[in-house]
Amino acid sequence: MGCGLLATGILGGLILVGSRRLSHLDAALVAYTFATLFATFGIAYRYAMWLQRPPTAMLWRRGWQVFLRPRALLRNLALLGHRLLVVFALNRFIWRRHVARGAAHWLIMAGTVLAVLITFPLVFGWIHFEAAAGEHGRYVTYVFGFPTLAFHVDSLLAGLVFHGLSWASLLVIAGVMLAMRRRMRDRDAAALQRFGEDFLPLMLLFSISVTGLMLVVSYEWMRGYAYEFLSILHAVTVITALLWLPFGKFFHIFQRPAQLGAAFYKDAGERGEQARCARCGEPYASLMHVEDLIEVERKLGYRYELAQRADHYQRVCPRCRRSLLALAQGRCFGGGAEEV
Amino acid sequence: MPVPADRHFFIDPRRCIGCQSCVHACSECDTHKGHSMIHLEYVGRGDSPQTVPTICMHCDSPTCAEVCPADAIKRTEDGVVQSARKARCIACSNCVLACPFGVPKMNVGFELMMKCDMCYDRTSVGLKPMCATVCPSQALCFGTEEEIRTLRPRSTFVHAFRFGQQTISTKVRVMVPKESEVLSLDVTAALNEEEAKDPMAAMFTEGNP
Repeated sequence: MGCGLLATGILGGLILVGSRRLSHLDAALVAYTFATLFATFGIAYRYAMWLQRPPTAMLWRRGWQVFLRPRALLRNLALLGHRLLVVFALNRFIWRRHVARGAAHWLIMAGTVLAVLITFPLVFGWIHFEAAAGEHGRYVTYVFGFPTLAFHVDSLLAGLVFHGLSWASLLVIAGVMLAMRRRMRDRDAAALQRFGEDFLPLMLLFSISVTGLMLVVSYEWMRGYAYEFLSILHAVTVITALLWLPFGKFFHIFQRPAQLGAAFYKDAGERGEQARCARCGEPYASLMHVEDLIEVERKLGYRYELAQRADHYQRVCPRCRRSLLALAQGRCFGGGAEEV
Repeated sequence: MPVPADRHFFIDPRRCIGCQSCVHACSECDTHKGHSMIHLEYVGRGDSPQTVPTICMHCDSPTCAEVCPADAIKRTEDGVVQSARKARCIACSNCVLACPFGVPKMNVGFELMMKCDMCYDRTSVGLKPMCATVCPSQALCFGTEEEIRTLRPRSTFVHAFRFGQQTISTKVRVMVPKESEVLSLDVTAALNEEEAKDPMAAMFTEGNP
């Protein structure tokens, strides 16, 4: 609860500072601002609860420990840049799973990130545009109240900036179409998908994008026909998605950076001492990982302690565990599995 | 649709002839297309040709799910422990190392844990899993308890397994002789007996804490 309030308080403070005490806050966007503050509270609260689970707490602690080790820090920073590019920006691991899956995810991600980068600074009053004094048709971009980029209203840059959300919508719609196609055709998707987990997020993204584009169509080509209704409809879709952020599939956006911690943890494990199986004597994992899992399992209430051969079942490699089941079954028939 | 409550997986490693049919059929499953989730291994190649097929046992309280930091592994209401959710798995390998039966596989390229999900695309619509469909010796058998009692009149089954002080109950059943009257299989007892037979084995463990 404290984490949620703290995060919400920090964002509220940044809104006050960035909008110059709300003087640049767009009154038409206040509903979005409050929905974002609620989402921030929910996300921070759920994240803090998630970090309290024993395996998550262990990975969080170990991930930072191995990342910040002075001897490995430079290498880790270089690896961090590489991983941010290939894992987060390019989604290489999802493209490897399937081209259509990779394309769908990348398009949705790119469109959403673009929309977020445009929408939130506008909603918080961090960015606003003003006509340049004495220069007809020229606009100045103010960031946190400071004048920055200026451009003419008819320039290519103006077209790109003012229609940024339209480009984002088109990317998201293309991604949603690909994802929906897979969900409606593939037998694995048919067996495993759930409405709330898999269809609802796609429907939300689609409705946000389409209603946003309808606003553009209304004011560009239909002289503002039904604009007020459309703007309320669009706000409803966006606010629903914001309120749902902490609870549904979208929360994976905030969990996903843990993948970086896991990667650095594995790197450190590979360079460190290896655990050898108590049965076959072969190395099978990093000793750090095995010791950490023993601690996590104890905290979770599992009692895999052994009386002989090793102190804990975690010290037997997965391959030997598979053989042991057959041997145990064989014992019931009066001998080892190989003797039956 | 859930897997029918009266249909169960029965495995009998003693009947396995190591033909690899299950391994190849498994990769035909739609939920993990082209990737076989079955482990088929020799129990002790030097002594015997005995092989053991390993599928997911679908634990009632899955250790793999409990140790997952990303909460990516879910057990559906029909008792099937599903493969890691693609949006959540962070490829930490906790599940691979923690599973008491040695089931999950880590696909490094995909950065994703994959495992047997009892061919959910098939079992959820009333079909048998691929491996049980093709197994010629029926070491892997899928059916009702009545069917297995008719097919194997001298055997019964257990679905509780002991690992040291921990007992794990599962959806999947393992066949045992009827006269043995065991209620649970002591998996780690085999480990201890091996040590008793082979005093040199203790040397392996000296380097381990």
